[in-house]
Amino acid sequence: MAVFVWIALGLPVVLAAWSLGAPRAGIVRHLPWIASGVVLLCGLLFLAHPVEGTAALAGMLRVDAFTAYLLFVVGCVAVVATGGALTPTPNGRFSALMCLFLVAMSLAVLADNLGVLWVAIEATTITTAFLVAHGGGRRGLEAAWKYVVLGSVGVAIAFLGIVLLYAATGDTPSLSWADLVTRPELAQTARIGLALAVLGLATKAGLAPMHSWLPDAHSQAPAQVSGLMSGVLLAVAFAGILRFKTISDHVLGAGFMRSLLAIAALLSLAVAATLVLTQRNYKRLLAYSSIEHMGILALGAAIGGQLATAAVLLHILGHGLTKAGLFVVAGRTLHATGSPEIAEVHGLLARSPSLGRSWLLGTAALLGFPPFGLLLTELAIIVAGYQRGMGVVTSVAVLLLLVGFAGISRQILAMTLTRHQEPPSANPEVLAPDPAPAIQRGIVLAAFGAVALIPVVAWPLADVLTAAVTVLGATP
Amino acid sequence: MTTIPSVTASPLTIQLLATATGALLLTAVLLLWRRSITGAAGLLGVQGLALAALSLAAATEGEPHLYALAALLALIKGVVIPALVLRTARQLDAATEGSPVVNPATGMLLAAALTTVAFLVGTPVATATARSTGAAVPVGLAVVLIGFLVLATRREALGQIIAFVVVDNGIGATAVLAAGGLPAVIEVGVLFDVLLVVLVLLILTRRIRLGVAVTDISRLNELRD
Repeated sequence: MAVFVWIALGLPVVLAAWSLGAPRAGIVRHLPWIASGVVLLCGLLFLAHPVEGTAALAGMLRVDAFTAYLLFVVGCVAVVATGGALTPTPNGRFSALMCLFLVAMSLAVLADNLGVLWVAIEATTITTAFLVAHGGGRRGLEAAWKYVVLGSVGVAIAFLGIVLLYAATGDTPSLSWADLVTRPELAQTARIGLALAVLGLATKAGLAPMHSWLPDAHSQAPAQVSGLMSGVLLAVAFAGILRFKTISDHVLGAGFMRSLLAIAALLSLAVAATLVLTQRNYKRLLAYSSIEHMGILALGAAIGGQLATAAVLLHILGHGLTKAGLFVVAGRTLHATGSPEIAEVHGLLARSPSLGRSWLLGTAALLGFPPFGLLLTELAIIVAGYQRGMGVVTSVAVLLLLVGFAGISRQILAMTLTRHQEPPSANPEVLAPDPAPAIQRGIVLAAFGAVALIPVVAWPLADVLTAAVTVLGATP
Repeated sequence: MTTIPSVTASPLTIQLLATATGALLLTAVLLLWRRSITGAAGLLGVQGLALAALSLAAATEGEPHLYALAALLALIKGVVIPALVLRTARQLDAATEGSPVVNPATGMLLAAALTTVAFLVGTPVATATARSTGAAVPVGLAVVLIGFLVLATRREALGQIIAFVVVDNGIGATAVLAAGGLPAVIEVGVLFDVLLVVLVLLILTRRIRLGVAVTDISRLNELRD
């Protein structure tokens, strides 16, 4: 199996080198989705052949049910984001950075050594910096600057935490996650290290109050980059938090991380709920919705236990596919209307049916209308919250979710269904055609369809999820 | 997994340790109110060399791979990164500008307060580690905290880059003092990550300066809700 680890990490590097070597070749624009496909195939292979923790590369990496599932999610979301928003002109540097970004995420997912995890997370910031600034202009540069400075300083806090955790291992030093979860003697000295590690990773995961860079970066980046960052990079950082939580639960008991994560969850939900209500830019609206969903994940992780943890993992997949698809649709809308302002986009369903339908479908999936899978995962987290004695926190979270629900639906309905009274431009009915070819529209619709099918097809994933939940040490 | 050999430090090692940790803290404090980027880059170089010396002192405690690591640290953090910052500053005619928000006296008071905090937070860590260098862990934490203060008070792009490296130097020092450094592979990975982040930030600085004609980052404020 180790060879597939090398393929997942190595082939995208080769494709990146290819992009740089022949920057104007027509194939270059296809390389990012080919790299995504490679990651997806490797993830599927690991899923199909369940392994109980195989170490690779001298114990630096590890394949188990949890990493296999995450690699599969990274691949799925990346295929939607890169395939759905294919650029018409080949750009060698852009494609190379996209491939390297994928490698960094795959490495972060596969890392067993917490130092490797940190290096990989930092590498995601490095590879995405110029992708965020790709749109150019003052705003793109501003977003990229804030993103890199806040991202690397935040992640530096996590590094300090990892250093202190390493120091706490004493006479038999170790950074191996698989080893640390079996070391209950770490006890109290590890407390500050674990807290700092989670605080630092919360920056990359976009959890409030460390989220201030996120709406800027996710709204300024090109569609496929936003889709990847919102859909799966946040989740990759969150998976790092889950790893530290597992260590913490073994060493300090469940209460320590539970309070940290519950606070982050409620703050994130509150920030998102207030800001989606007044949001005027649809890409920023999607970015705040990502903060909301990270809040849901943090809530599920705080609740813990088998049901909530499995729901968190499934929610990562559902949200990733939905958000990647929606950012691709947002990119197409920006291309067709020329404006990122919600107020300047209206009557999409009538004026550009394919865009309008995609917005409505994607939003229904995002908000968890039946039959979409996010309904299932959110309900599971809420039920688990009441079962496991976190009733008050869960109730507050549900209220905040309802506010966010109302805010997002109002904005999207205003864009798709309303007719404008006063034509803002000379010829309002003429809309640039939806730029996406049929196959790209199909990829986005397939992503939304997959989210709708999650409740139906969750059973093949059941074994994988159960195994992954066991890896994370969740008890009933 | 390896067990740490118990060794007795030589007087020379102890002196090297004391000098290096002292230099780390001193350069961090001086960076708080050093106005020009040229001066700040110089201080950053000294701090990088102090970190390399610290890691060398830890190497004499018995892990030979730390010699090579110390040399790499001295090269990248002592020479390459400060030189890159300096070169960009000269090219952008930004060498003499600077905008410390706090005056020297306030900076000193804040640095003293942060060092006190570092000792309060770091003492449990220091007592928990079995290493002879453990007692100096709060110095590393103080450098991290002062780095954050520099980051908060510097508004020009190059000053923020320097602050980021100071934070990282503080973490590196903490790693050496508390645990004799991280495993070599990880240290090298981290070092190159930091170098790449600095390069990315320098390129962005150049683009911001040449494209938008702004160096005061606080004036980049178009993105808001």
